[in-house]
Amino acid sequence: MLAIQQLSPSGLDQLWFYLIGVLWLGYFFLEGFDFGVGTLLPFVSRDDIDRRVVINTIGPVWDGNEVWLLTAGGATFAAFPQWYATVFSGFYLALFVILAALIFRGMAFEFRHRRDDPGWVRWWDRALFWGSALPALLWGVAFADFVHGVPIGANYTWTGTFFDLVKPYALLGGLSTLLLFTLHGATYLGLKSDGDVRVRAQAMATRLAPLTFVVVTAFLAWTYQTAHTNHRVGLVPPLLPIVGLLALAAVGWLARDLLEGWAFIATAVVIVAFFATLLLNLYPNVLVSSLGSQYNLTIAAAASHRYTLEVMSWVALAFTPFVLLYQSWTYWIFKKRVSRPGTEPVTESSPSRA
Amino acid sequence: MNSLVAGISTLSLARWQFAVTTVFHFLFVPLTIGLGLLVAVLQTAAYRTKDLAYDRMTKFFGKLFLVNFAIGVVTGIVQEFQFGMDWSRYSVFVGNIFGAPLAIEGLLAFFMESTFLGIWIFGRGRVSARIHLLSIWMASIGTILSAAFIVAANSWMQHPVGYTIDPKTHQAVMTNFWAVMTNSTFIAAYGHVLASAFLTGAVFMLAIAAWHLRKGHDLAGFAKAARIAIVVTVLAAVATMFLGDSQAKQMTRQQPMKMAAAEALYNTSSGASFSLLTIGDLSGNAVFQIRLPHLLSVLATNSWNGKVEGINQLQKQYEKQYGPGSYVPMIWLTYWSFRIMVGLGIALFALGGIALWLVRKRRLEKSPRFLRFATWMVLAPFLANSFGWIFTEIGRQPWVVYGLLKTSHAVTPISPGYVATSLIGFTAIYSLLAVVEIGLMLRIAKVPPAIETPEEAERAPELIY
Repeated sequence: MLAIQQLSPSGLDQLWFYLIGVLWLGYFFLEGFDFGVGTLLPFVSRDDIDRRVVINTIGPVWDGNEVWLLTAGGATFAAFPQWYATVFSGFYLALFVILAALIFRGMAFEFRHRRDDPGWVRWWDRALFWGSALPALLWGVAFADFVHGVPIGANYTWTGTFFDLVKPYALLGGLSTLLLFTLHGATYLGLKSDGDVRVRAQAMATRLAPLTFVVVTAFLAWTYQTAHTNHRVGLVPPLLPIVGLLALAAVGWLARDLLEGWAFIATAVVIVAFFATLLLNLYPNVLVSSLGSQYNLTIAAAASHRYTLEVMSWVALAFTPFVLLYQSWTYWIFKKRVSRPGTEPVTESSPSRA
Repeated sequence: MNSLVAGISTLSLARWQFAVTTVFHFLFVPLTIGLGLLVAVLQTAAYRTKDLAYDRMTKFFGKLFLVNFAIGVVTGIVQEFQFGMDWSRYSVFVGNIFGAPLAIEGLLAFFMESTFLGIWIFGRGRVSARIHLLSIWMASIGTILSAAFIVAANSWMQHPVGYTIDPKTHQAVMTNFWAVMTNSTFIAAYGHVLASAFLTGAVFMLAIAAWHLRKGHDLAGFAKAARIAIVVTVLAAVATMFLGDSQAKQMTRQQPMKMAAAEALYNTSSGASFSLLTIGDLSGNAVFQIRLPHLLSVLATNSWNGKVEGINQLQKQYEKQYGPGSYVPMIWLTYWSFRIMVGLGIALFALGGIALWLVRKRRLEKSPRFLRFATWMVLAPFLANSFGWIFTEIGRQPWVVYGLLKTSHAVTPISPGYVATSLIGFTAIYSLLAVVEIGLMLRIAKVPPAIETPEEAERAPELIY
């Protein structure tokens, strides 16, 4: 009780900056592999039963994973209204595409299997693929833009156009997240499926890992370069991106040796390190203006008043443990590998050599 | 000048977008809440009695529930983000207060419903029957909690409490969270919204059960489903009407203009009559009207000769209070949406009453004309829900936050091209979804459940999705 109240107002603002960061990290860690699985759907399956195996690996959990996004959005609205307002109005069309993609993707899970018609099924398979790949790309574009700067002027009003969002740096960021999430999906599938799908997913992870390493390294180097010229190096411990890159370097090797549990942990570490690097790079801003640092939106300027943040802190403190508990419980309930009907699952999904 | 024109059209485009996306979203939400509870009730009956008829009904209505839930979820994501997209100045103004229930809704309600629904969909035969039953109840409670937070947020827009205005930033700042969550407007609206959601679920279940009873499918199962649905229809219709009535009285005190517009009452009067319908225009030149004496006064104030304030007097008063401008909402829309909502509510009460009478006479299954009528009445709750919200939101205009922020000052200052793009996009996507959704619902609803042995009923399919 005292801990929360003793924090200075700026301390409380900071706490919420970190908490929202944690929500985004949780979202990308969890829905990251959902996106990856959706993106890999056409590449790791030979027939409809394979595709169903792939989809069923995330079937019970995808919706709960997506709630991390809704909670991050709601928490941003409550804790940093100006951040919420500027980002969502500024990234207007990009956000529209993400929302449209998430709509079709979400429906695909529940609609795809309701009819036997191959045309119907194919349609929803496409929805799953594009609905996963597009947000995987666009979230990276958006986070790269936060760091690199977007045209916001006086009163934190957006003054740019859609094309200010798709600069080379941001596109490289998007490519990085698309590859990272796909790789994450491949290691998840290696852990959660059985039979041919598992073999193909493992091959996919082995093949994607070097390319991902090159792209992500280039992106992080560029990020460092930008931060350096803007004198914003300091808050990001160098350890963070380095650990991320080391984990990424290990993924291909772990996947090849069928250390599936470790490979999944490695991709998870990369994703967390990647986004933590970007978010910490923002500090003490939540948005960087490309029109000049006087227009940067700072944590302090964006934050809600103390009382709101206190209320939210209490609610978060009281209920987050339960959420984490029952959400982890679902993963435990559905811990068995998904395999083609008629074939007995060989192993439980524990990190072991097959 | 140019920017003024652009500003105006951004506003109207943004309002259309909010109307399209919100009305569409709210077609599915009440059904999720109502049917979720009913499926939980069916499954509880199956669990307690071991009667396979209840089990079949749980699975049958469970499928429809899931298809409906999915579309409610995906359209709900848009709801949360479009405040920032189209209403950024609103978002900055209210974020301190309005954002909190939204965030808490995510943490408390959305996680609960989505996680436990995952267990429910995939858990049959994999978790124990008790855990499986628990999971549908948890999901149902999640949907009911979710409604609480969003209605609390909306109620703050209708009747702001527990806030102060920051003199520096001109933001509304929360001073009392408890006041926000116990807002009298919220208590009244939440009861009405929940009751109408249960009514929606029950009428939906009754309509489909009636269709199968008429066709002679699975009489054992659908007769049971119909009986549960009928009891809930009657109870929920009564609750909806009573709670709606007390809400109307409260609204008369808190937003008198809304009530005046609902009746197109131009001048303050005591013992005011209520017009059942009007042909002609609403500004006093009616060609034909049916009027019920004193009813408006009774509805609005609970007294035979109670004084109800008129539009003209209120307009003058508000000009003095808030400055020049029109404070009158679209009268024809408030007038008719109010009547459609109330009329359909009464019709649904009648539907439930007749059905209950037929059940007691043991004639329900032998009344094909009534069963056909009951099936068509499935449209009524959806229309009533939509018009109820159209009334609430249009009747509050020109305010977005009553007395504090006008809708015209809430919109994002961006070029109308963006909003037009997403408006066209969302309208196209939602139209497509509507066609796909209704087609699939009809297809699923028409297939009678397969009769299973107890072993088959327990078994889980190997691949669910």
